[in-house]
Formats: sequence, C-alpha cells, structure tokens
Amino acid sequence: MSFVPPSDPVNRAKKIKVSQLCEICHCRKALIRRPKNLQRICKLCFFHVFETEIHNTIVCANLFQKGEKVAVGASGGKDSTVLAYVLKLLNDRYNYGIHIVLLSIDEGIVGYRDDSLATVKRNQVQYDLPLEIVSYRDLYDWTMDEIVACAGVRSSCTYCGVFRRQALDRGAAKLGISHVVTGHNADDMAETVLMNIFRGDVARLEKSTAIITQSSGSPIKRSKPFKYSYQKEIVLYAHYKKLDYFSTECSYAPEAFRGTARELMKNLELIRPSCIIDIIHSGENLILKPKKSSKNELRSASEQQPVEVRSDGSVKLQRNTTAGFIDGGKCERCGYLSSNRICKACILLEGLEKNRAKVSLEKDTSVAGAARLTRALERLSF
Amino acid sequence: MVKVKVEFMGGLDVIFNKQRMHQVLIDGGEVTIKDLIDYIVAEMISNKNDIGVFVENGTIRPGILTLINDADWELEGGEEYVLEDGDIISFTSTLHGG
Ligand SMILES: [Zn+2]
Ligand SMILES: [Zn+2]
Repeated sequence: MSFVPPSDPVNRAKKIKVSQLCEICHCRKALIRRPKNLQRICKLCFFHVFETEIHNTIVCANLFQKGEKVAVGASGGKDSTVLAYVLKLLNDRYNYGIHIVLLSIDEGIVGYRDDSLATVKRNQVQYDLPLEIVSYRDLYDWTMDEIVACAGVRSSCTYCGVFRRQALDRGAAKLGISHVVTGHNADDMAETVLMNIFRGDVARLEKSTAIITQSSGSPIKRSKPFKYSYQKEIVLYAHYKKLDYFSTECSYAPEAFRGTARELMKNLELIRPSCIIDIIHSGENLILKPKKSSKNELRSASEQQPVEVRSDGSVKLQRNTTAGFIDGGKCERCGYLSSNRICKACILLEGLEKNRAKVSLEKDTSVAGAARLTRALERLSF
Repeated sequence: MVKVKVEFMGGLDVIFNKQRMHQVLIDGGEVTIKDLIDYIVAEMISNKNDIGVFVENGTIRPGILTLINDADWELEGGEEYVLEDGDIISFTSTLHGG
C-alpha cells in the first residue's frame, strides 16, 4: 500500500468578489471557514493560524523544556501524523530544543495495525524522525486479537484503553523518555467532557480538560498540544499539506456510548460550530467542592500541579487536577511503577488468564463458534 | 454534460471499492453538487447498506468534509454549486480514528 496524495485543483476561480477574500490577508480567496469563529481565510493564512495557535498552546502551558526527549504517540492516524509533522516544524521554527521520537504501539490487530504501522514507518522517513515500536506481545504476552477472542468484542475498548495507555508509558520508560505527547484534539476532549457529564463521573470530569496529565502510578508525563485544535482543521491541514496518514476505523469499534456522544456532538457542531471549544471551556471552569480528606490536602500542598492555560492565554488557578505519581512503588507482578500493589494492566490480565483457562477446558465441545476460539488458542504460547 | 474528478478520502474509499479517485460524467444542463451526491448514492456506492456512511437526512453526513477545488463547499454555495468541467470534488471523513 502506498500513499496517494489528494489532487491539486486545476480550475481557478475566474472572478473573485471582494466578499470572497481572506479576512486576514485580504488578498487571496478564502477557502476555509474556521469552525471556531466562522472566520473565512485562505490556505496560507490557515497554515499560519493553525500552527501559531498550537505554538501558543505549547508556550503558554510551558509544555517543553530545552533538551527534553519527547515521544509522539504515533498511530499512523491523522491526529498523530499531523502532530508529528507540526511538532517537528515548530521545534525547528521556534527552537524548542526538544528531541522528538515516534513511539508506536503494535496491539496485534491483524489487518488494522499492520497497515497503520506501515504508515508510521513511511512517516519516519518522510519527517526524518526516529521510530520505536513496542508490541502488546512484548509487554503483556497477549495480542489485542487474542484478548478479544477471550473477552469478547464488547469489552475490547476497556482493555484497549488501559493497555494502550500503559503501553505508551511503558514504551517511553523503556526508551528513557518521560514525556509523551498524544494527538488528542478538541473534539476528543469535548466528547470526553460530555461523556463524563452524562455518566455523572465528576472525578473524571475535572481532570478531563487538563493539558498535562499523569496517571496515578506512572512517572510519565502526558500532554495534548492539540487540545484546542478542531478535528476538522487537523484533517484540512493534512489534506492541504498532503500528509500521509492511515484512515480505517479500528476493527474493534468504539463502545456504543462514545459513538452516540460523538454523533450528538457532530450534529450540535452543524448548528453551532463553536460548541466544541465552548464545551471545553465549560469543562475547564467547573470546579468541584474541595474534598475534606486530609490525604488529598497533604498531597496537593506538597505537589506541584501542572498549570493549565486557556486559548486566550489566561492561566487557570491551580487546583488539584491530577493524581500525581505518589510513592514510587512498584507492581508486585510486573515490576512496573505503580501506586497500587498490583497495577491495572495486571488486574485485567489476571481476569483474562482465568478466562483463558476456562476456554481451554471448553475447547473440546465442538459448538459452532468454539472452533474460532480454538484456532485463536492454537496461536497462543504459554 | 459535465466531467469532474471525485475523490473519497479519510477512509471513505472503503465504500467505493477502495478506490479513492473517480472520473464522473453526469448528463444535463446545469449539474449541481446536489445532483452529484444523488448520482454517487444511486450509481457509485456498491453496497446499498453503506449509503448511511455517506449521506444522512438527504445530505452529506456530518463529519464529512466536502471540498470544491480545495475550498469548503459552504463558501461555494453548498449544494447549489454548479459543477464545471475539470472541477475536483473531494469528500473526506474526519471521523475515523486519530
Ligand atoms: Zn489570507
Ligand atoms: Zn503490573
């Protein structure tokens, strides 16, 4: 599979009305209407504002330190591909002085991950960035296909979520990198805010708009430079720049709940395009009643919290938004840094191992469907 | 009659036999984008179960980016835009995994 770039237009607009001109430079035809503010702008001005907004997000949040090694969680999809491209460009333009590495996770999803990894390998050459691939097989001794065969498709997102998140951290730790940037965009963030509201998950709600996060038990810092970037603009940017990205839905589709929240937001966006940034803004400004637990107070006093910065450059008041890495403990099973006795991945793996045993016992009964599992089991190594 | 180039990207090509680029000829005097969309739905989507991936409530599904010669179709008159020979119309899904 090779990359076919989109075609360049051959027809030129004959007569351009003044009303069709770019609202920034006033000299070229507007091609884009920005969803954020409905401003009509030309291609060159779009590149400029898109890149500059990300630069501002990075600078205001003080995301990078000079000499820092930063891993881009690279899936081959549009967001991480554009992220790798833009980060490299901004690092050169503004001299952040960071060392960028592409970090890919091979979940072992036949057909999906093979093609997307091929894309990441092309990106490695196109952007001249080092690439590291870490597989589920290496990390957990299970591929995603095996997990699904064992646990069923419906819970695949639960596993994918926990394992993928840890996989990036573990992969980064293995490379001696303590900062991972991901391509999560404004649409993703707004979707998460909505889902947390719908579920009444107040604890997550407050964390869901942080630009820098750290999962409890992990020494790795995560950040989202695309926090304020619209999905539509990321796709447009990739289109105009002819970036090579991979775009087939993960064969283990999102759970119905997230899918419905996404659909709802896309429909809202049609009526009110700024709603995505508005939802994030609402999420940022929700402040929970402080908990009375003394443990929390102690932690927030002794710990430096990442500062969050809004698109207009204002800084949010510091509060306890992240449960930081606490005690430097290690998981008893796998030795991975964890604040709990046993890390989340190991708990999930334990459940899977039990299932694997159960499935092994059942495999002699030749019911339809069991054959598929048997085939999956034959590929397993103990 | 009008001859245009139609491109399906961002994963949309899967419902068009995995082919991204198509030359399309449509008969008629003034052919609009609306006519093109109807033509695509009627003639080009191989599996009729896939129509919902492309259109919803009679128009392009939310989350699909429609460009006319690289310009957002909303700036070109939307569905009413009259096609010209050599136009490049692209449909890109923004919904697929990041
Ligand atoms: Zn301009
Ligand atoms: Zn563990």
